[in-house]
Amino acid sequence: MAPFVTIVLRDLRIAVRRWSEAANPLLFFVIVTTLFPLALSPSADEMREVGAGVLWVSALLSSLLALEGLFRSDADDGSLEQLMLSPVPLGVTVLAKIAAHWLITILPLFALVPVLALSYSMPITALPTMFCALLLATPTLSVLVALGAALTVGLHRGGAIVGLLVLPLTAPLLIFGTRATDLGLHDEPTAGPLYLLAALAAFTLALGPVAIAAALRVGIE
Amino acid sequence: MRLPRWFHLLGSPPFVYGFAGNVAPWLGAVSCVLLAVGAYWGLVVAPPDRVQHEAYRILFIHPQIAYVSIMAYVVMAVAAGIGYVWRIKLAYAIAVAAAPIGASFTACALATGSLWGRPTWGTFWQWTDPRIMSETLLLFLFLGYLALRAAFEDRDKADRVSAILAVVGVVDVPIIHYSVIWWNSLHQGPSIMKLDKPSISPEMLPPFLIMVAAFTLCFFWLLLNGLRGEIVERERDSRWIRQLVEGTRG
Amino acid sequence: MTEFLRMGGQGGYVWSAYGLTLAVLVFNVWWARHRHQAALERARASSEQQRVGKRPTVRQIE
Repeated sequence: MAPFVTIVLRDLRIAVRRWSEAANPLLFFVIVTTLFPLALSPSADEMREVGAGVLWVSALLSSLLALEGLFRSDADDGSLEQLMLSPVPLGVTVLAKIAAHWLITILPLFALVPVLALSYSMPITALPTMFCALLLATPTLSVLVALGAALTVGLHRGGAIVGLLVLPLTAPLLIFGTRATDLGLHDEPTAGPLYLLAALAAFTLALGPVAIAAALRVGIE
Repeated sequence: MRLPRWFHLLGSPPFVYGFAGNVAPWLGAVSCVLLAVGAYWGLVVAPPDRVQHEAYRILFIHPQIAYVSIMAYVVMAVAAGIGYVWRIKLAYAIAVAAAPIGASFTACALATGSLWGRPTWGTFWQWTDPRIMSETLLLFLFLGYLALRAAFEDRDKADRVSAILAVVGVVDVPIIHYSVIWWNSLHQGPSIMKLDKPSISPEMLPPFLIMVAAFTLCFFWLLLNGLRGEIVERERDSRWIRQLVEGTRG
Repeated sequence: MTEFLRMGGQGGYVWSAYGLTLAVLVFNVWWARHRHQAALERARASSEQQRVGKRPTVRQIE
């Protein structure tokens, strides 16, 4: 437990020191969700319908932005190798880094979501469902993003293809997340998709670190 | 436990190279014959459908190529996984050979599907259809595998990293498929699945099945062809290859 | 014959689909062959280099 907490705190401290880097994904999120209505010029009703989808896609894309901080900067200065050589199991290290990434990149989104949801004329009653869905879906998202980062950590210019690798894998998340939000919007029972999101989260949190650790071992040699 | 001889032979590049070289032409001949017979039967002999008239004839190529594209991904992922776990280079070679075949078949499935959709559904594309979505995502998975391989200069690293991606993908494909089906069944859309398998009348069944066999054999024929090239590429500096090329120079 | 090709107005779709499929198959056959030949060429070149390289090209003159 202690090594887990240590690594999380370490990553958080680094993020605080370079807070402008940590703020980038959030700014991106705001900008993208602002650009959509400008491009579509929808009515209030249309905005409500597309709102869920737009928010989810923007959240997905902005989490990709914070990739670099996950593994590459540690790989560049050698600290990743040190972490891999330490007696702490690599799976634990990976989980810790994912947790830190979630806290830095995703958690602030929760603060922005209500503001943007209201700007999309979504009723306040839809918010609890949206929060629930985000809470359950974002751990899976972080795991998948970390997997993309780990697969490309050995590359000099790996950034471009990470999107291609990760986004197809996130399709189920997008589907269930938007479905849950939509159902919540229309006051219909949302248990189904939420349970599925929870199942996905459990599955990926259990098995993801294994694949990520394997990818890191190949990339850092 | 003594492993049978053929087990060791399967891991030997020169043996597999020769074996593939002997078997592939037969597979090719049989699959070409089956393709020709099936195509003729489907285009000429089979009567027009009551509902879809002539356009239904795409039934004899589209589902087959779609099913083979999925099989290609599974072959690729299993081969890559075996190569990763047991460090068998030939397994990686199979995965590499399967990838471009699978990717092109997937693209072809999407194209023939939309060509079928236009005269029957009225539209080239339908975002809410589960099969279209699953197949599209499969194409991205193939392209991702190929792109990841290409990004690494060290072949061993490329092999292992792309193996991880392939295995993760193969776990994801059923999840994607069922999530899209589930999503679609709840979606208050125009209909659940406009193109359910048309109830195949007995006159259409033989060419349908012939084409299934034809495309499957065709895939393995193409796989063996690609495998041979991949083996030569990987074993370039080995003695048996050197003897092979010097022999052919005469 | 023309009626067969027209396929009741849907010929464009049917023939494009079949033609595309054929093209994909032909492409795959060609691609495999191309890779194989190229690999053999590279192997040939590399074996040439090995043989030629065995003879020393620069002699040390003491």
